[in-house]
Amino acid sequence: MPYRLLKYGLRSRHPEGRMFRSPASLGDEYDVVIIGGGGHGLAAAYYLAKDHGIHNVAILEKGYLGGGGTGRNTAIIRSNYLTEEGARFYQASVELFQGLSSELDFNLFYTERGHFTLAHSPASLRTQRWRAEVNKTLGIDSHVVDPAFIKQKVPEIDLSCGGHQAPIHGALYHPPGSIARHDAVAWAYARGADRQGVEIHQQTAVTGIELRDDSVIGVHTERGYIKTRKVLSAVAGWTPSITSMVGLRTPLVVHPLQAMVTEPLKPWLNSIIVSASMHVYVSQSTRGELVAGASLDPYELTSMRSTLGFAESLAGHLVDLFPCLPDIKVLRQWAGLCDMSHDFSPIMGTTPIEGFYLDSGWGTWGFKATPISGKTMASTIVADRPDPLIEKFGLSRFRDFQLVGEKGAASVGH
Amino acid sequence: MKILTCPINGPRPIQEFHFGGAFRELPDQSTISDDQWADHVFNREGQPGLQVEWWYHVPSGTWFLAERDTSSDTVHRTFLYQQEDHA
Repeated sequence: MPYRLLKYGLRSRHPEGRMFRSPASLGDEYDVVIIGGGGHGLAAAYYLAKDHGIHNVAILEKGYLGGGGTGRNTAIIRSNYLTEEGARFYQASVELFQGLSSELDFNLFYTERGHFTLAHSPASLRTQRWRAEVNKTLGIDSHVVDPAFIKQKVPEIDLSCGGHQAPIHGALYHPPGSIARHDAVAWAYARGADRQGVEIHQQTAVTGIELRDDSVIGVHTERGYIKTRKVLSAVAGWTPSITSMVGLRTPLVVHPLQAMVTEPLKPWLNSIIVSASMHVYVSQSTRGELVAGASLDPYELTSMRSTLGFAESLAGHLVDLFPCLPDIKVLRQWAGLCDMSHDFSPIMGTTPIEGFYLDSGWGTWGFKATPISGKTMASTIVADRPDPLIEKFGLSRFRDFQLVGEKGAASVGH
Repeated sequence: MKILTCPINGPRPIQEFHFGGAFRELPDQSTISDDQWADHVFNREGQPGLQVEWWYHVPSGTWFLAERDTSSDTVHRTFLYQQEDHA
């Protein structure tokens, strides 16, 4: 095996080939230009080509592919949301994820783990029960479990939280809750899109969007001007900078969300554990690292710096939940940008600018929505009206006072 | 940012403060349209850059304003709200 790996490493022509091409120059005109080479933009390009036969598409990424929220989340996939529109949408995403490794012919390390949302008070347990009932009516596998069930599934957990937090009263249990390798999702969609003629341009920042009579006619980039009638903004944390180019106002504010991984351990934690009141979510990756995240940073910031205060507080809460962990080392920590909306729901669909489509408001819930947002944005762009699944998520809800009110979102206090 | 300067109490650790969001002028509610009101209620600036924002010093109960760069997280100045400055 090591010899095979060595030979593979020394060979100049790798049998696998590159995952996608890097075109030397930008074209003059595209049917659709997608700003942002993260999971959402890449998925939208893939479904535009595959479902709708639109192949003349360019993805413009100012950094590197999958380097934003796609590569910075904690890779949890679930659909046990609280509102009907939210739960339906994320359930459709879970169903796409389940078949995605085969569809894209790429191992995404998608593994069903079971997802516990811990309740530390009777009030919290009541909300979990509410969520479970909403989920059940929509056919989503989700129910409330007692502390004994949690202890049986996760024997390492300390139900009293070391006496430093309120004890665990129960949990919302969601067996289909999964994790996947987030980088692989971006790469696989990139390869799938590239194979169908989509061009991926990294290191290409958009500097302006050209409008005529409130319609898109082109995009200015660092590498020149491109003519196009349709632009999709899929840049999450950078959305306000893009919408300001077309004079569109949005409710989005940007906060960092921090996460970290520990050194790899033998597999011991099969489930995904979330505690909103302790600001912890944690799972064990297929490489053995514990991947853990906290809550949003408390003030607006468009910067991906991370802080010692975060690492200290998350580590403390992890040890409260799992007393076996104090000697485990933290390998690295990082931050991602969350474009937060008032109702913890995405802002997607058409806009008052003709030909300008928005896929934003991904806050702390973007990764799990990758396949379905790509699919629904592709159909929205083609039909020039919102896909039925995302009708409730339009930007116009903030003009019409029709907010969604999603209280099942991650990392946000309720 | 680890330390913020309260205009009353001087430099204090950031844990003593709450963020109150960007400073925004309240429009005249007797004259504006529904769309303008919705714009005020919901829409925000969001772009990285210099922003005047509300902060609250919890132990002393002091609300004040800070001018902060939201891309570099540097505070340029902090000051108390004066009605006449924003008349």
